[in-house]
Amino acid sequence: MTEITPILMPKWGLSMQEGKLTDWHIKEGDEVKVGDEIMDVETDKITNVVEAADGGTVRRIVGTAGEVYPVRALLAVMAPASVPEEEIDAYVSAYETPVSDEEDEDTGPAYHVIELPIGKIRYAEQTGANADQTPIVLIHGFGGDLDNWLFNIDALAEHAPVYALDLPGHGQSVKSVDPGDPGIFTQTLLDFMDHCDIKRAHLVGHSMGGLVAGSTALDHPDRVASLTLICSAGLGEDINKDYIDGFVNAAGRKELKPVLTHLFYNQSLVSRAMVQDLLKYKRLDGVQDFLTQLSTTAFRDGKQARIIADKLATLDIPITVIWGENDAIIPASHAQNLPDVKPHVLGSAGHMVQMEHAGEVNKIIAASLD
Amino acid sequence: MARIISMKDAVNEALDQEMSRDPTVIMMGEDIVGGSGAPGEDDAWGGVLGVSKGLYHKHPKQMLDTPLSESAYVGAAIGAATAGLRPVAELMFVDFIGVCLDQVFNQAAKFRYMFGGKAQTPVVIRAMCGAGFRAAAQHSQMLTPLFTHIPGLKVVCPSNAYDTKGLLIQAIRDNDPVIFLEHKNLYASTADVPEEPYTIPFGEANIVREGGDVTIVTYGQMVQRAEQAADMLKKDGIEAEIIDLRTLSPIDMDSVLESVEMTGRLVCVDEANPRCSIAADIAANVAQDGFDDLKAPIQMVTAPHSPVPFSPSLEDIYIPSAQSIADAARKTMEG
Repeated sequence: MTEITPILMPKWGLSMQEGKLTDWHIKEGDEVKVGDEIMDVETDKITNVVEAADGGTVRRIVGTAGEVYPVRALLAVMAPASVPEEEIDAYVSAYETPVSDEEDEDTGPAYHVIELPIGKIRYAEQTGANADQTPIVLIHGFGGDLDNWLFNIDALAEHAPVYALDLPGHGQSVKSVDPGDPGIFTQTLLDFMDHCDIKRAHLVGHSMGGLVAGSTALDHPDRVASLTLICSAGLGEDINKDYIDGFVNAAGRKELKPVLTHLFYNQSLVSRAMVQDLLKYKRLDGVQDFLTQLSTTAFRDGKQARIIADKLATLDIPITVIWGENDAIIPASHAQNLPDVKPHVLGSAGHMVQMEHAGEVNKIIAASLD
Repeated sequence: MARIISMKDAVNEALDQEMSRDPTVIMMGEDIVGGSGAPGEDDAWGGVLGVSKGLYHKHPKQMLDTPLSESAYVGAAIGAATAGLRPVAELMFVDFIGVCLDQVFNQAAKFRYMFGGKAQTPVVIRAMCGAGFRAAAQHSQMLTPLFTHIPGLKVVCPSNAYDTKGLLIQAIRDNDPVIFLEHKNLYASTADVPEEPYTIPFGEANIVREGGDVTIVTYGQMVQRAEQAADMLKKDGIEAEIIDLRTLSPIDMDSVLESVEMTGRLVCVDEANPRCSIAADIAANVAQDGFDDLKAPIQMVTAPHSPVPFSPSLEDIYIPSAQSIADAARKTMEG
């Protein structure tokens, strides 16, 4: 029985209860390698391609394309050719989908809330097979939260322990903070690493989070094993001011939705639930002031206020740069601004490249850890 | 990480946080003071269903138990609002509004207009509404249309715990009189509610579910039933879009018209009596401004034009059911 590997409905984030299996990319008899695209899954929040976590021979397709299944429902079975059909029949009929339970976090990341000097900080932690490796810390961008790493946390945890935090003013972390001081993010990141007893980490930053990661590496190079900058701020002046202003000022669903489409190459990814979740965040007391202030300190006269590309070039830390070719927030040309780094510019991808092309981004990050 | 709390606790938390934030926010009402564990005379109810339980000991100077005289304390709350406080008057059952109508309709609703915009009346009148509680004809009415009819009043009727907290905080911070109607059958319903204070703006409907075949517009307790109806319809391959109005004045007619433009079919669901109801209002507006989009006659699903019956079996039939909503939607799909 141990030779049988199930393919299950994934769980993306805490709230996911079920998903629609929209399409199969595999059929019975196929040889699947780790990382192969196996199926498309759609939830009320997002649609994504699921990649194989294990390799093997597809022996049985159980799930029907177009149907909705609960999280961790059995969708297909992989096994070597030596396993008899009867054994696969028995496995399929004996499989019971575990009851979805908020407390049951054995397959997803664990979420924690801690008190740091700046206030409450929420983070997600996921440890896989390589718990002894230097940890990866994921840092989201302006207006984002740790769920921006929904499709990255589990995959990266195969290689090293993964931590993703909500920066101050964001997600479920403290809101009443003064972003006038750009140091609050780097200081929070260092306090966070101290709290979690992380001596050194691979920092992966998206957008403004890239600037936070880079600034931290400049000030404390001993704490940073490597840098991965995804569609990062701080590498050039240009920024889509209309997006920033639109995001900060949008008061309702109808105003926010068109603004969010700028984030993606495939604009149909902007779902009703995504808009609602962001509105829920924006409507919390303090967030509007925070974002307004942050946007005026981080961006001035329609340009990024802080450029660290030159300093990063002098740093003796491995740097990986990833960009979405169609990034409408920070132009992909900034990927060229670190002369010694050969950037990974992914086609058909926008600013949220780590969501739109999670598999490729995960592979690039994993390769950068060596 | 989800924080699941009931709608009753969401009301309590909104009141608690707003009284903490702003000392001019006060509560007035019958039996609202006290709570379990309180000594002596304080050991009261925290409201008839315990909504304000525990608040008196946190905010003793901001909670006022009133005599059994709705006309007196609703009037006092409106007067206090014009003088700089932000009172939240709890009317227990909205059915008792009759004895304070002059204070509400003729005074609070008119001040801003009659004083040339110089006066503001930031009062919230909270009350339980709706049927299904076995509370008979005088404690079960859905009087949303009555208030929606009066210019100068804002009218809110949330369908879930998340909206309740955000809309109630918005109501307290709003500078106009707000009628805030809490469906008593929803008090136990739960949702993921952030601990931090937040506001939901008035006049923005919530698209509860997207669907391209038929638009179901409703609010309050009927949102749950519309969702059940949508599940039934889905089995027949009919995709219903559900719009939760959240506030009836102001009303988000744009979202309704936009949806009907796509679906071409409309079902208006209202727990109120049918004549001059919210359902009738929506139907009339869409018939006027969205007629060319309609592929079928608009359907209305409402309570009958009768008082709420005391007999449980009759009361159950009185309230629009998921089945009746689904039937109405199917009717729009015919032909």
